[in-house]
Amino acid sequence: MGAILSMVAQRLALGLLTLFVVSLIIFLSVEMLPGDITQAILGQGATPETVAAFRRELGLDVPAHLRYIAWLGDIVQGDLGRSLASKREITELIAVRLWNTLFLAGLAAAIAVPLAVALGILAALFRNGWFDRGINLVTLSSISFPEFFIAYALIFLFAVQWGWFPSIVNVTPDTPFWERVYRCILPAVTLTLVTTAHMMRMTRAAIINLMASPYIEMARLKGLTRSRIILMHALPNALSPIINVIAINLAYLVVGVVLVEVVFVYPGLGQLMVDSVSKRDIPVVQAACLIFACTYILLNLLADILSIISNPRLLHPR
Amino acid sequence: MTTHDEMARLLAMGRIGRRDLIKGAAALGAVGAAERVLGRSAMAATPNKGGALKVAIGAGSTTDTLDPATFTDSYMQSVGFGGMRNCLTEIDNTGKLVGELAESWDASPDAKTWTFKIRKGVTFHNGKSLTAEDVIDSINHHRGEDSKSPAKPLLAPITSLKADGDNVVLTLEAGNADLPYLLSDYHIGIMPSSGDGKVDWKSGAGTGGYIIKAFEPGVRSFLERNPNYWKQGRAHFDSVEILSIIDVAARTNALTTGEVHLMDRCDLKTVHLLKRNRDVEIYDVTGTQHYTFPMLTNQAPFDNNDLRLALKYSVNREEMVQKILRGHGKVGNDTPIAPATSFYAELEQRAYDPDKAKFHLKKAGAEGLTIDLSAADAAFAGAVDAAVLYKEHAAKAGITVNVIREPNDGYWSNVWMKKGWSACYWGGRPTADWMFSTAYEAGVAWNDTYWEHEKFNKLLVAARVELDEAKRTDMYREMQTIVRDEGGVVVPMFANYVGASSTKLAHDKLAGNWDMDGHKAVERWWFA
Amino acid sequence: MTAVAQSSLRLLRRSPWSARFGMVVILAYAVTAIFAPLIAPYGETEIVGIEYEPWSEVYPLGTDNLGRDMLSRMIFGAQNTVGVAFATTVLAFLIGSVAGLTAATLRGWTDQGLSRLVDVMMAIPPLVFALLILTIVGTTMLNMILVIAVLDSTRVFRLTRAVAMNVVVMDFVEAARLRGEGLWWIMRHEILPNIMAPLAAEFGLRFCFVFLTISALSFLGLGLQPPTADWGSMVRDNATLISYGDITPVIPAAAIALLTVGVNFVVDWFLHETSGLKE
Repeated sequence: MGAILSMVAQRLALGLLTLFVVSLIIFLSVEMLPGDITQAILGQGATPETVAAFRRELGLDVPAHLRYIAWLGDIVQGDLGRSLASKREITELIAVRLWNTLFLAGLAAAIAVPLAVALGILAALFRNGWFDRGINLVTLSSISFPEFFIAYALIFLFAVQWGWFPSIVNVTPDTPFWERVYRCILPAVTLTLVTTAHMMRMTRAAIINLMASPYIEMARLKGLTRSRIILMHALPNALSPIINVIAINLAYLVVGVVLVEVVFVYPGLGQLMVDSVSKRDIPVVQAACLIFACTYILLNLLADILSIISNPRLLHPR
Repeated sequence: MTTHDEMARLLAMGRIGRRDLIKGAAALGAVGAAERVLGRSAMAATPNKGGALKVAIGAGSTTDTLDPATFTDSYMQSVGFGGMRNCLTEIDNTGKLVGELAESWDASPDAKTWTFKIRKGVTFHNGKSLTAEDVIDSINHHRGEDSKSPAKPLLAPITSLKADGDNVVLTLEAGNADLPYLLSDYHIGIMPSSGDGKVDWKSGAGTGGYIIKAFEPGVRSFLERNPNYWKQGRAHFDSVEILSIIDVAARTNALTTGEVHLMDRCDLKTVHLLKRNRDVEIYDVTGTQHYTFPMLTNQAPFDNNDLRLALKYSVNREEMVQKILRGHGKVGNDTPIAPATSFYAELEQRAYDPDKAKFHLKKAGAEGLTIDLSAADAAFAGAVDAAVLYKEHAAKAGITVNVIREPNDGYWSNVWMKKGWSACYWGGRPTADWMFSTAYEAGVAWNDTYWEHEKFNKLLVAARVELDEAKRTDMYREMQTIVRDEGGVVVPMFANYVGASSTKLAHDKLAGNWDMDGHKAVERWWFA
Repeated sequence: MTAVAQSSLRLLRRSPWSARFGMVVILAYAVTAIFAPLIAPYGETEIVGIEYEPWSEVYPLGTDNLGRDMLSRMIFGAQNTVGVAFATTVLAFLIGSVAGLTAATLRGWTDQGLSRLVDVMMAIPPLVFALLILTIVGTTMLNMILVIAVLDSTRVFRLTRAVAMNVVVMDFVEAARLRGEGLWWIMRHEILPNIMAPLAAEFGLRFCFVFLTISALSFLGLGLQPPTADWGSMVRDNATLISYGDITPVIPAAAIALLTVGVNFVVDWFLHETSGLKE
């Protein structure tokens, strides 16, 4: 266990470094984007004079590196700063959005992960049978349609035609829990359809990959049933790639759902981020990026820890 | 008193204020509008009170604020201009100017000094009474060195602004007969003064029909009816929720599933299918909105008028209107003045003529021209398609147009007015002078073709103070001819405002100055 | 007939129906893409009629919003979309798997360095990253291929590294190391064959993700330059029609789906063959 603890400590330290580099990259690329917040907000209405006045007001006349250092100084003290555009506290701006994003991701993951792993195991079990081929066809088809397309199709069927679910989410922080779940069903199902195939196929592939191993052969010769072989012998050894792909998909559910948010008018972090990028609201972009980066780093750390635990050879490297 | 009587009263007041002032088109127009409103009042149903209205707007951003100097799109225009606040003047639903927080106004004969009489007995949402000081501070909010407001150039000619009892006296550096029109601009909403020459925009307190209760930028706004609203027969809903739904399919679905009652900007590709829905009513209003392709006339090759003419002749406007607007619009004639604008002149329509285009191309010495056209759907819905269509049309005139799709992101700051030839839209202005002095006068900030035409500029300044109606009409006619034949802009089409509402909603004749009934749908509409 | 061809033929004869179906699909797409100008009844950007013509003998799939023939756009779209997707995926796998194998084999600082670099890149949401970079450098076809490939390669890297890690600790790798085999040799002969299966499975999926990425970018207004026909943008352009039960947008989407299914069926068969299981 000591090895794991020291790895965690090391990884967390590296995580901080990652965050720093991410913030630097984001800052630089937003700076490199043509135009700045004043032009983005004033849009067609920008004149050189109003742009200059606006820049003075926002402190954008200060050189970029000084602004970055100032921002960094604040962030070290835990102050995310204020949005350039609305002057609102970013913590306050992001809290609601983050909760919304995590809620939707959690709901989708609660459906998708067990479903994908179960389907993957079943597909490996009935390999090349009708079940395997059928489930393959369905998940592959669902994954080949763009997510906004799936979302529109679900809305057409379940909201427009049958009226079972609302077509837009429209939740506020006061919305009761179950009402919120109900309103989030369609986006959650969309995300499930988008992510299940990937996780399921990896589960299946990882298990099948091990089926030719000597110890599986051994188990088979012992006369164990196929389901017992897969569940007790193959699955534990296949966990590492499965956990990895689950981690990637969970991260995707948190950071990559911009289009689903747009289609269902869901006030999540992704939309805030894209909005802020297009308006060049650097502090908000930075804050959102840092949250995404943290999510990603922590999920990966978790995946790696689980991988190590599931494979003793990695736990005690020679 | 019914709405329409009240409106007629308002109109009449506006008229009184101006009758002895300038016998200009504005005053004449007001008479016409009053008649029209009185004529219609018998037919229209009496508005009902109550109900919770939900609106979906295809704009809005997380960077929105309640500061009117930052209002850029129809979302904050509906919330701030249509719901929370009033201006000094208002363009009514028939396109005519009426008084809003200004009861009446008066000008010196040279149209340089203007006196606005501020309405009495109006209170802000926070209980403060409206005074001349509030008006002055609200206007000053857009002036001065530190102003970032797009209304700044509009108000730049003001040299002094002071209170005179209940009146506000404005002095301009040069006469402008259309000043009262300018003060109806959606940026110039009146806010409570905070006493130090600044205004309080943060609280959202205004004098409008609705009080803002919740504001989540880029998501939703919730407003409740102002029980003390001074305007009779307006603001009928108990509450209004305005959602920002950028995606047009999501907006349409929200309407058809009853999540919202009203949406703007229908998808023109599918509006004919939406029309089949019996619970939905489509509105289709011809206004002043036009789509343009400005060329930078200060740089080669667009500094050659023959080349510009060649490009103007090489676009099939009818097909543009048919395919890009799906018929929801009118062909343009290379001037920004719409039939709905004052002093519109009916000039001969420029037609698609590849032979004439070739002739002018030859004259310009640019045969076999290859040229880039930058477009993004940020410029207007379907701009990229329109550019592709242009390419096909121009090919017949021997011109190769390279369509360059620019990112939506940053389009206005990096492409428009920067690239030689690009796509653009204009919401339009209610008066010819306002439109010309915004984007066609030499040296103004939004002259997106960098066009300078001596005669045009002289006419423009002269027409502003010309009191003789017939002469003024002739001047604007000449200006439109000059823009059409020598200007730097291709105006292929005027686009209608096309939106949709639940049949549960009712309304009077719709305004054409902006979308959503002049952004005043929340104030003017009601549940049937 | 050579021995290789013979054994391939034998392999082919043994292949299940799904793999045969997949190969037919891939072949058909390849032919369509290569001979697009010969097959298409009209030009890629040619306006042939009024907008939204219904299906007819003249226009088998009708016309699009500008009056261009849908079938011709679909055929040219095969050329552009499949070409871009294939190039991008191959590039992503080249970068990702080489880096991943190197990291897993060398471990230590190389692994740390590469992994941290990839961590940084993956920690930034890919769509936003692509949006940022493409806005800065412009959306030419080459830029698009490079940006998507680099972003995708991070995923390939992680997977390669993860599965290779399990193999690297195996005794036969240790043995090869002790034998004094070179790094490149160990990677190619000892590790790669043992991680081929999950990589191949990933290839099939990554391939179709590229279509989706292009489509998503076009949702944000950053697709391929018009008037180039590509399926991703075509889905986006007509997506609103779904709300009325119109199947027009399904056609390009289904074209992508069919190819994805076909590719993955072949991949599955390959997976089955390489797993050494002969049941």
